[in-house]
Amino acid sequence: MSSGVAVDLENIWIRFGDFVAVREANVSIKGGDFFSFLGPSGCGKTTILRAVSGFLEPSQGQVRIGGKDMAGIGPNKRPTALIFQNLALFPLMKIWENISFSMEVAGASTAERRKRADELLDMIALEGQGDKYPSELSGGQKQRVAIARALCANPDVLLLDEPLSALDLKLRQHMRTELREIQKRVGITFIYITHDQGEALTMSDSVAVMKAGVIDQIDSGHNIYDHPSTPFVASFVGENNVFRGKVKEIKGNDALISTNRSGELLSRITPSQVGKLSVGDDAMMFIRPETLRLGKADASSKTTISADVINEEFEGNSFSVFLKGDGDKSIKMSVPNAGQDHISSRGENLSLHYDATNAVAMPAGELASE
Amino acid sequence: MNETVKHTAKKKVIFSEFFRNNGAVMGSLLFGLVGFWLIFLILLPQLSMLDYSFRYNLPPAEVGGPKDVYTLSNYQHLLYGSDTSHQRYNSVDLKVFVRTIIAAIMVTVFNILLCYPLAYFLGQSKGSGFVRLLVVLLIIPYWINEILRAFALRIIFGDSGLLNDVLIFLHITSEPIDFIRQDIALYAGLGYAYILLMLFPMYNVIESLDRNQIEAARDMGASWVRIHRRIVIPHAKPGIVSGATMVFMLSAGALAAPQILGGPSSLWFTQLVYQWFNDSLNWQQGAAYAMVLLVSTITIVLTVMRIFKVNMGDIGK
Repeated sequence: MSSGVAVDLENIWIRFGDFVAVREANVSIKGGDFFSFLGPSGCGKTTILRAVSGFLEPSQGQVRIGGKDMAGIGPNKRPTALIFQNLALFPLMKIWENISFSMEVAGASTAERRKRADELLDMIALEGQGDKYPSELSGGQKQRVAIARALCANPDVLLLDEPLSALDLKLRQHMRTELREIQKRVGITFIYITHDQGEALTMSDSVAVMKAGVIDQIDSGHNIYDHPSTPFVASFVGENNVFRGKVKEIKGNDALISTNRSGELLSRITPSQVGKLSVGDDAMMFIRPETLRLGKADASSKTTISADVINEEFEGNSFSVFLKGDGDKSIKMSVPNAGQDHISSRGENLSLHYDATNAVAMPAGELASE
Repeated sequence: MNETVKHTAKKKVIFSEFFRNNGAVMGSLLFGLVGFWLIFLILLPQLSMLDYSFRYNLPPAEVGGPKDVYTLSNYQHLLYGSDTSHQRYNSVDLKVFVRTIIAAIMVTVFNILLCYPLAYFLGQSKGSGFVRLLVVLLIIPYWINEILRAFALRIIFGDSGLLNDVLIFLHITSEPIDFIRQDIALYAGLGYAYILLMLFPMYNVIESLDRNQIEAARDMGASWVRIHRRIVIPHAKPGIVSGATMVFMLSAGALAAPQILGGPSSLWFTQLVYQWFNDSLNWQQGAAYAMVLLVSTITIVLTVMRIFKVNMGDIGK
């Protein structure tokens, strides 16, 4: 089908009275990409989506779809289709009428509409269900009907507003794969809104992480996870242990941090902040639970943390060990389940090792609230 | 067979559950009250009127005597008039009947057209204090007695009333318009009398419509006309039909507004019923007229519901 149409947001500001919902958003989405906006609720990601779909005009800045400025063009005239969080299927129309509604609007004949609806029903593996009503379908089926309805109009860009949030866990994971496959098949640009980092990381070519109206980082899922550029991204995406302190020494791309509680620790500086961190600065250092390992005590090592065990939880595929850390934050270590009964006992002092390449340091900043 | 068994079993469950939830005493009391309402307030009065409508209007001494037998003469009177009349049909009364039904239908249609935009506005701009104030303002005039309201309208529509004064002041007309004789006052009065019964059911259903559905349709390029035709009106249908039923029934059965606002030459069918009961003291004849009106309006309502595919159950929502 379509080879994909690029979407550009240039210096977008969206204000509601005195409240700034979106601040200086600059995003270039490549044609045919699966692009996600990831952030906690209220961070402005849905507002951005509404600006792309045309339900809302940005207070400032330009939305371009396929290079064309969208200012003053209503949602019904834009080459976008929006899938709502609650899907918004029409309950009083049959499934095939729902799917082909955009063709009805365009004045297509009943036979044409029915034919196209049946094709799309085949694509979403709901053959022969066209004469049912939405209330007769399961959650996952409704989900697929909403996608088919949006695709029926042959949009250049599909906008999805947390469409999986109403589904249960198993179905949600299944739909992730399915959505990604549909996107590859139709080849159009998908813009996906979510607060679920798992969804964003598994499906997206690129992810924009948002916090309180500001985009903190735009990158591949991999880079977001491994090379976060701000403390917010580091703490919001995946689980992370934070160590606060001051920079003691800088050596190339590495920094030695004098932490408040755990002595001097070595870390690489996250790529986007190299050169922006200097000796004496307040810094934050992050180490993921799965990169910590048990080791021997070694006071001279700059990659060993000594801490007391608070408690331990069995998670099935792993054990989570919580240790006393920096302030009110505990240190979490994740140990794969290899048949052990337990890893530690309460109050025991453990030495945790890590590779300096698995730790990231950056200037101190705001963390994601839990 | 099996289905019926299941059905009665289900009924029994609902029954015993009702008593379990409310306790034996409260349960029986509630049951008794509902029964009282059904039997004494609805069934018996209607049945006694039905009985009356098939009897002769006899002097009290002969009631229960050999002459007190069932007859169709009261119904025949509406169709053919009295034996002494020269006309084949009772055209005077039949004309009043048909005119009443048609006028009630017009009032209902007028109310639907008037209330739909208002209900849509109120229902879709939910939550704001302005809307709540507006609803209160709509209700306040109904704190006043119906008859007083009718007289107020008569004053407004009168020869030297407010409306004529304004029209003459604006040079739209030089002579006062006789709104009363033209029946404009009557239709306005009837329309106004029951408009809230149209507005509120509509407002309730439209308020329950998910706004995302409207946005979804808009996103797919639908015009406002199509959004209303395909999304809003089908959703609002039970509310519209429920409001229309009430307005139609009450308009066709209204008495105060036609008495006060009706022109000298125009009679409302209820006024005929009233005359039979009150002026002629012929309750039997009046009961027959009332029965005809009741059965006709119910038939019309059921037909309209069938045409628009609305179930009885939807109306109660």
